[in-house]
Amino acid sequence: MQKYLLFVDRLSTLAGQVCAWTIVALTALISWEVFSRYVLNAPHAWMLDAQIMLYGVLFMMAGAYTLSKQGHVRGDVLYGFFEPRTQALFDLILYVVFFIPGIFALSYAGLIYAQESYAISERTFSPDPLPLWPFKFVVPAAGFGLLLQGLVEIIRCVICLREGEWPSREHDVEEVDVDKLKEMVHVKDEDIAALDKYVVNRDGGHAK
Amino acid sequence: MRIKRELWFGLSLMAIILAVTAVFMPWGNLSNGHLGLLMLSLVVVAIMLGFPTAFTLMGMGVFFAWLAYRSGNPDIAVRQTLDLMVQRTYAVMTNDVLISIPLFVFMGYLVERANLIAKLFRSLELSLARVPGALAVATLVTCAIFATATGIVGAVVTLMGLLAFPAMLRSGYDVRLSAGAITAGGCLGILIPPSVMLIVYGATAGVSVVQLYAGAFFPGLMLAGLYIVYVIVLATLKPHLAPPLPKEERHVDLPPANQALNDRISHRALPALARALGGSVPGVSRGHALREMALTLLPALVLIAMLAGTWHLATKPAAVDDVQGLVAMGDAGGDARESSGGLAEPPSDDSVKEPPGGLAEPPSEDAAKEPRVAGGVQEPPGSAPAASSPGEASPAVPAVEAERLPTPNWFFAAAAGVLAGACLFYFLLSFVRLEIFKMLLSSFFPLAIMILAVLGSIVFGLATPTEAAAVGALGGFLLAAAYRQLTISVIKESVFLTAKTSAMVCWLFVGSSIFSAAFALLGGQELVEKWVLSMNLTPIQFLLLSQAIIFILGWPLEWTEIIVIFMPIFIPLLAHFNIDPLFFGLLVALNLQTAFLSPPVAMAAFYLKGVSPPHVTLNQIFVGMLPFMGIQVLALALLYIFPQIGLWLPQVLYK
Repeated sequence: MQKYLLFVDRLSTLAGQVCAWTIVALTALISWEVFSRYVLNAPHAWMLDAQIMLYGVLFMMAGAYTLSKQGHVRGDVLYGFFEPRTQALFDLILYVVFFIPGIFALSYAGLIYAQESYAISERTFSPDPLPLWPFKFVVPAAGFGLLLQGLVEIIRCVICLREGEWPSREHDVEEVDVDKLKEMVHVKDEDIAALDKYVVNRDGGHAK
Repeated sequence: MRIKRELWFGLSLMAIILAVTAVFMPWGNLSNGHLGLLMLSLVVVAIMLGFPTAFTLMGMGVFFAWLAYRSGNPDIAVRQTLDLMVQRTYAVMTNDVLISIPLFVFMGYLVERANLIAKLFRSLELSLARVPGALAVATLVTCAIFATATGIVGAVVTLMGLLAFPAMLRSGYDVRLSAGAITAGGCLGILIPPSVMLIVYGATAGVSVVQLYAGAFFPGLMLAGLYIVYVIVLATLKPHLAPPLPKEERHVDLPPANQALNDRISHRALPALARALGGSVPGVSRGHALREMALTLLPALVLIAMLAGTWHLATKPAAVDDVQGLVAMGDAGGDARESSGGLAEPPSDDSVKEPPGGLAEPPSEDAAKEPRVAGGVQEPPGSAPAASSPGEASPAVPAVEAERLPTPNWFFAAAAGVLAGACLFYFLLSFVRLEIFKMLLSSFFPLAIMILAVLGSIVFGLATPTEAAAVGALGGFLLAAAYRQLTISVIKESVFLTAKTSAMVCWLFVGSSIFSAAFALLGGQELVEKWVLSMNLTPIQFLLLSQAIIFILGWPLEWTEIIVIFMPIFIPLLAHFNIDPLFFGLLVALNLQTAFLSPPVAMAAFYLKGVSPPHVTLNQIFVGMLPFMGIQVLALALLYIFPQIGLWLPQVLYK
C-alpha cells in the first residue's frame, strides 16, 4: 500500500516541481520586459497575459504538491496537540465532508469551462492575442491532481486510524530546516549545549 | 502538563464560539442571513480542528452557496454553484495583484540563501559597539533588515537564535531580553514593506498595494525604532541586563598592511593612506594603498554626487508642480524625523533627500547612495539640508523660466553641513573603523540598497509591485551569486519552496473567495451590517471593537486566514464610519504583528526554543516577548492617535 501512496506523492511532486520552474521564467520575463519598456522603449502587449498565465500555472499546479508535503496552512491551536489517531479521525471526516465535494465540483466545473473555451479556441483579448484555452485546462488538471492526492491522504488517515501512527512521507525541502540553517551559519549542537552554563549560572541553577 | 493546557485553551475557545452561535441563532425561523452567520462560526471551528484552511473554506463555501442558490431556484442551483466556483477560481488565477506574491517570496528565499546574515550581524555589532545594549540593538537592526528582505519569520528567528542568542548570552545579557529582541525583531518583516501580508490585504480589500507600501513604511520604522529605544533605555538604566561588549569581542583584525600603517604613521586612515600612496612607507604596496584609498573616499564621492544632483535639481528650470512637490516633501521630512523616534538610521534623512531625486531620476539610484553616507558616519550629515530645505525652498516657486535658477541659499547651507559632516567623518575614520565600514559595505549596504530600490521604485510609481518584485528576485539571484552561494541546489530549493508557499497562499485565496461569495449570497453581510449599525457605534468605538476582534482572532488563527476570511466582512462596514480602508489596513497589519508574539501560540517563540540551549525555557521566552508586545500595542495606539504617521507619505505622493 505504502508503495502506491508514495507513487502518487511523487506524481504530485513531479507535476508541482516542473510547474514550479515557471517562477524563474516569470522573473526573467518581467525583468526583461522592464528593461524592454524603460530602456528600449518597446513594451509588449501580450506580456501581462503571459505573466498571469505563468503565475496561474505556478500556484494551481503546486496545489497537489503542497498537499502531499502537508504545506497547506492549518489552524494549529489544537491539531498539534492531538494524538495521531484523533488527528486522523478529524482529517478523515473533514476530507470526506469538505475536501472531496469541493474539489470534485471544482474539477468538474473546470472541465466544462475549459471545454467550452476549447470549442471556440478562445484567445486573450489583446492586440497580440495568446491562446487562452490551454490555460483554462489548468483548473481541471490541478483539480484532478488534488483529488487524486486527496484520496491518498484519506487512505493515510485510515492507515493511521488502524495503526496509531502516520505513515511516513518522503522528505522535501522545508522552509525552516533547522539543521541546514545550523550548517549555514556553522553552529553545532555542542555549541548550543555549551551555552547552558551562561543560562544556568545566572538563574542560580533553577531555570527549569 | 503544558499539552493539557493548550488543548483546554483551544477547546474552550471552540466551545464558546459554538455556544454563542447556538444561543443567538433564531432556530425557529432561520433566514438565509442567519445561515451565513452559522457558516462563519462553523468555519472558525472547523479551521481550529486543524484541517487545511483552503479546503475547509472551499467545501463550506460550495455547500452553503448551493443552499443559497437552492432557495432561489432549485432547478439550476447546482449549475449556478459550479459556475460560481470556477469563476471565482479563475479570478484568483488571473488576479494581477497576487502575481507579486510568488515573486517576493522567491526573492526572499534567494536572499536568505545568500547567507549574509552572519556578516551582517557581526558588522552591525561592531559598528554599534558603543551604544548601550549594543548586541540587542544590532540584533534588532539585523532582524529588521533581513526580515524585510526575506519576509520569512521562521528562518530569521532561527538564524538569529543561532547567531545572536549565543553572542548575547556569552556577553552576559539577560535571557529574557535577548529572547525578546530576537523574536520581536524577526517579526518586523511582516509589517515593513515589501511584505506579503500587505499584498494579501490589498488584494482582499481592494486597496492599492502601492499605497499600502507607502503607508506601512513609517509605522514599520516607528515600531523598529521604538524597540531600539526601549532596548537602549533599558540597557542604560539596568546595565546588568545588557552589559557593554568586552574588549576582545570588539577587536577587529586589520589587514597586515593597514596594521603597519596604523602602527607606524597614524591611526587615522586618510592621512596614513595618503602617505602610503606617496610610496614612502615600506611594506605597503601602492596598489594596496590605492584600493584602500578608493574605499575611503567612496563616501565622499557619493556625497559630492548627491550634492551635485541636488544642485542640478534645485537650479533646474522647474515647472511649478515640481517645485511644489519639493516643498511638500521638504516639510514632511521634518515630520518623518520626529515619527521615527530618534532612530539613528538613514531613512529619516532619506525621505528628505530622496524626493528631489524622484522628480527627475530613478530614486533607486538615490536610495542606493543614501545609506552609505548615513551608515558610515556616526551622525547623519543629511540632517542639515533637512532642516534648511522646507522654509527656503519656497522662494524658488515663482521662477518659471527656461534658464538655470540662481543657486538657492539653502543649498550652500546644506553643502556646508555636508562638508562639516564629511570632515568629522574623516577625522574619526581610523583603520579599525575603515575595516568595519568595509564589512558594512559587503553586508548591510547591498541589502539596504536592494530593499530601498525595490520599495522606492514601487512607491514613486516607477514600477508596478509586480515589476519591482521580479527585479527584486533578479537582485536576489545576483546577491546569491555575488556571495558565491548560487548553486543548482540552492536555486532548486528556492524554486520549490516558492511553489509551495505560493500555492499555500493562493489556494487559500481560492477557498476564501468561494467562501465569501457564499457568505454574500446568503446575505450574511447585510445581516452583519444591520447588526453593527444598530449598535450605534461611533467610528472610534467601531475601530476599537474591530481591532479587538482581530487581536483575539490572532490567537487561534493565522494572519492569512484572518485577512482572507474576515476582511471581506469588515471592509464594507468601513464606509459607514468614514474610515479609510488604507488606514484600517495599516492598523490591521500592525495588529496582526502582535499575534506572532502573543503567548501561547506565538510561532516566533517556538522557532527560538528550537535552537536555544536546553535550559532556556519557553516561559522565559514568553516573558521576554511581553515588553515588546507592549510596545506593539503602544505603536498601535500611536498610529491610531496620529494617523499621519502612516497616511502622510501616501497623501504626499498620490494626492
